[in-house]
Amino acid sequence: MPRLPRWDRVRESFFNRERLIDSFPRLLDAFVLDIKIFAWSTPAIIALALVLAIARSSRNPALFPIRIFVIGYIDIMRGVPVILWIYLIGFGVPGVGLERPFNSPLLWGSVALVLTYGAYIAEVFRAGIDSVHESQRAASRSLGLSNSQTMRFVILPQAIRRVVPPLMNDLVSLQKDVALVSLIGPIEILRQANIDKAKFANFTPYIGAAIIFLLITIPLTRTTDYLLARERKRTSATRVR
Amino acid sequence: MKLRLYNVHKSFAERKVLAGLNLEVNAGEVVSFIGSSGSGKTTLLRCVNLLEPIDDGAIFFEDDEISQLGRDPNPIRRRIGIVFQSFNLFPHMSVRRNITLALTQVVKKSVDDANEIAISLLKRFGLDEKIDSYPDQLSGGQQQRVAIVRALAMNPEVLLLDEITSALDPELVGEVLDVVRELKGSGITMLIATHEMNFAREISDRVCFLDAGRVAEQGSPDQIFNNPIDERTRQFLRRVQAVGKT
Repeated sequence: MPRLPRWDRVRESFFNRERLIDSFPRLLDAFVLDIKIFAWSTPAIIALALVLAIARSSRNPALFPIRIFVIGYIDIMRGVPVILWIYLIGFGVPGVGLERPFNSPLLWGSVALVLTYGAYIAEVFRAGIDSVHESQRAASRSLGLSNSQTMRFVILPQAIRRVVPPLMNDLVSLQKDVALVSLIGPIEILRQANIDKAKFANFTPYIGAAIIFLLITIPLTRTTDYLLARERKRTSATRVR
Repeated sequence: MKLRLYNVHKSFAERKVLAGLNLEVNAGEVVSFIGSSGSGKTTLLRCVNLLEPIDDGAIFFEDDEISQLGRDPNPIRRRIGIVFQSFNLFPHMSVRRNITLALTQVVKKSVDDANEIAISLLKRFGLDEKIDSYPDQLSGGQQQRVAIVRALAMNPEVLLLDEITSALDPELVGEVLDVVRELKGSGITMLIATHEMNFAREISDRVCFLDAGRVAEQGSPDQIFNNPIDERTRQFLRRVQAVGKT
């Protein structure tokens, strides 16, 4: 088998079995923090996104200022890189002199993730809400259901079902972006990999971290595909070849 | 007088759909609306259900002006049901839930009471076996019958039927029209927009021919179909006869 020049060096510093076996348990331990951040951020993100999407889709003329506010918020949060918000909020808010435990970068890093991803996912929900045909609203309103009852019982259940696949997509992104929080301090997997890399002057811990991410993100992606296929099966009987 | 429309105007962008329409409907009366596409049949019904705000004029429901701007439409919609051309069942809900949703949420009936109403109505129209089916498991005719049951469950005084057979395969039209036949004489007031001339002739107490957003001619089915006076009515009937739709 022909080899790339210097392949031995590459293998030594990137695919070093000994280093991998040594680092892997530490990386796994550190990954627990990633999972935790993901686990507590996700419900908050979904809740925030739903509130934003519903506010933006409201038709009550009296809520016009709120719609404008929400549109501005979503534009600003989506228009700036996630990492910048993590720096701004994660360093900035604790920096104003809060007492423990409210000065934790971990807390404010998570808040930054929630605020940015809430804006991204609000747009996913809004697309779902817009995709429900106007006639569904007419049918619901004609039965005497109010606007908010129509949203709750008729529009949202259909909208959410339709956006599960893109939603999962964004959650896969979130799962990776959790690692950005490492940049403001907490020792999660990426930071642990960095530490091990520096200690042994070897890049294999990065490969170890990549493997651990893939172990999570690939099954998530496959689940998304499965849900998408199931949704397609449910809504249209035959697939066009 | 159950329902009175006075000088109703309605435009969509530049297109004038209703242009000073006047109409009076008595309690228990079955009135059909015929006329070419765009003559305002559907818009008329949607305005009565307050799905479309009117631009000018007034709509009275038992001498109560329901078309006033800013008025809460929900109490009125409970008393005026509508069935749509494309059924508009809620696809994520079973037949049972489609029918009981408004009963439990709007008129605050208990789940048991709502179920009872759903079951007895479904039985009446031969659909009780379908109670736990989802809309996409039903034929078009069955879906439309469920949609009629859903509107009837609220026990409306007026039922608006908006071209309810237009989206159906010809062999499924009969079962839906049978439901309407059964309803006639139950005391419910019905306004029917339709392309089915034979059906309009058979079921109606009165037929209105709409043209350019107004009632151009109205009368008994016999008069409209056998002795139309207005030249536009004659032309319209000749056209539909030519394509074999009478």
